[in-house]
Amino acid sequence: MTRRYSALSLFKEGLAGQTGWKQAWRSPEPKASYDAIVIGGGGHGLATAYYLARNHGIARVAVLEKGWIGGGNTGRNTTVVRSNYYYPESVEIYGLAHRLYEGLSKDLNYNVMLSQRGMVNLCHSTAEMEIGARTVNAMQINGIDAELFSPEDVRRVAPIYNFSPDARFPVFGGIWQGRAGTARHDAVAWGYARAASRLGVDIIQNCEISDFIVEGGRCRGVQTTRGTIRAERIGMAVAGHSSVLADKAGFRLPINSYALQACVSEPVKPILDTVVLSPGTGVYVSQSDKGEIVIGGGLDRIPSYAQRGNLPTLETVISGLLEMFPIFGQLKLMRQWAGIVDVVPDSSPIIGESPLPNLFLNCGWGTGGFKAIPAGGTLLANLLATGKHNDISRPFDLDRFASGRLIDEAAGSGIAH
Amino acid sequence: MQLFPCPFCGPRDETEFHYGGDAGNTRPDGGDVPIDRWANYLYLRSNPKGTAREIWVHMNCGEFFVMERDTLTHKILSSAELGGEHA
Ligand SMILES: Cc1cc2nc3c(=O)[nH]c(=O)nc-3n(C[C@H](O)[C@H](O)[C@H](O)COP(=O)(O)OP(=O)(O)OC[C@H]3O[C@@H](n4cnc5c(N)ncnc54)[C@H](O)[C@@H]3O)c2cc1C
Ligand SMILES: [Zn+2]
Repeated sequence: MTRRYSALSLFKEGLAGQTGWKQAWRSPEPKASYDAIVIGGGGHGLATAYYLARNHGIARVAVLEKGWIGGGNTGRNTTVVRSNYYYPESVEIYGLAHRLYEGLSKDLNYNVMLSQRGMVNLCHSTAEMEIGARTVNAMQINGIDAELFSPEDVRRVAPIYNFSPDARFPVFGGIWQGRAGTARHDAVAWGYARAASRLGVDIIQNCEISDFIVEGGRCRGVQTTRGTIRAERIGMAVAGHSSVLADKAGFRLPINSYALQACVSEPVKPILDTVVLSPGTGVYVSQSDKGEIVIGGGLDRIPSYAQRGNLPTLETVISGLLEMFPIFGQLKLMRQWAGIVDVVPDSSPIIGESPLPNLFLNCGWGTGGFKAIPAGGTLLANLLATGKHNDISRPFDLDRFASGRLIDEAAGSGIAH
Repeated sequence: MQLFPCPFCGPRDETEFHYGGDAGNTRPDGGDVPIDRWANYLYLRSNPKGTAREIWVHMNCGEFFVMERDTLTHKILSSAELGGEHA
């Protein structure tokens, strides 16, 4: 029976006809009560459960997922991992996530296929170059690796970009983060699930939360499609569905849900070994290990819970792609899909106790929370274990909207993902 | 491509419209509005899954109006010019 994954176990299983692999995580029946419940089996929920067990020794924990784990945005995202943000608060949180990602495969004993292939955010004008220099300076002052790229540097890392003299979005340079890259989205969900389950966490799928149990003004548990489950503390990480659950808990959030779509081409031979983002087209592109060109763009402009995405936005994204990379004109698209993302006015996450005491929030990651999963999990776990913020999560509390201390990354780093 | 009904111009491409927020989110008035009331007005959103009453603007004619929509199916339920009751 193979429990630990290694080159040796792979070899042995090969000899044994692959018959000894065990289920990666248990699927137990839900218990009547837990020390902590985490609602939502995306990356953030699963990571929360793992760090509760690993960092705080709290393993009587259940993750309650209405569908299948990773079936929300975590399994739908374009997997860019980076920490090129502007404000110190953001650098703390995304920097923590980035460092944890670098050790994650070892930590979880699960290959999340982190590929630090670097990412360039292009600058298309002299003015954008000035902003680029400011961003690079801010990142360096905050201790994040960043480099200002010349047009020649960009040509070196992305020679297939449209450098023709009549290009609509010419390259004046770019912001380079060498430690940025991609990771395997499913592996992040599955790796956390497996590691959490091995520490005693119950992963319960097909379990939708329909209501909260409130006693003495505090949240004490949840009603689910698989019965009533009580807990000392409850956390929720349900991304685009945060407002739906908040409504059941009796409060509103500063969130609008939108569809964010992405698409991939048929697999082709290696042609792009970095991540390229153009603020001019709003499109960013990478190539998966399988060879597919992975294409992402901006939000659909209509508030939505329909997990599919509409045509005008797809057209905008594809025309942007072809402007950036005319060579992709012959590519066939294979799949297109969307996830429902939780968009907050300042494009920063919400982490902290909700207006219903004893219910804790991890949401508002919008279009860019995959890269933050290890940090979101660490911070929600800390809140559930201690009931208190630490210095990293404090600025992201819901109270920033009343106090006016927004962390406006939409304006600061100007990148959506 | 979806068609949205502008009460003034009739059915038009969705790309001609811009979302303007929850209908009925009225701006607080007066000098002593509590902080929470301001924060509610500025930031808190209903964001329903299902029927929503929303303000939209048709960017071609420039008119604001109220549209009722299902945010899950994208079905349009009604569209009407702004009434005197301040949406
Ligand atoms: C197309 C696209 C591209 C993206 N690209 C990037 C990128 O390149 N880089 C990046 O960093 N981020 C990216 N993101 C954002 C990123 O995917 C999300 O921010 C992140 O995955 C959120 O993780 P999560 O665990 O909070 O949410 P999710 O993975 O969505 O998990 C939430 C879970 O909660 C469950 N749930 C909801 N309601 C209930 C209920 N009532 N009861 C029980 N369970 C419930 C859902 O089924 C879901 O599985 C992208 C997103 C999309 C859609
Ligand atoms: Zn009109």
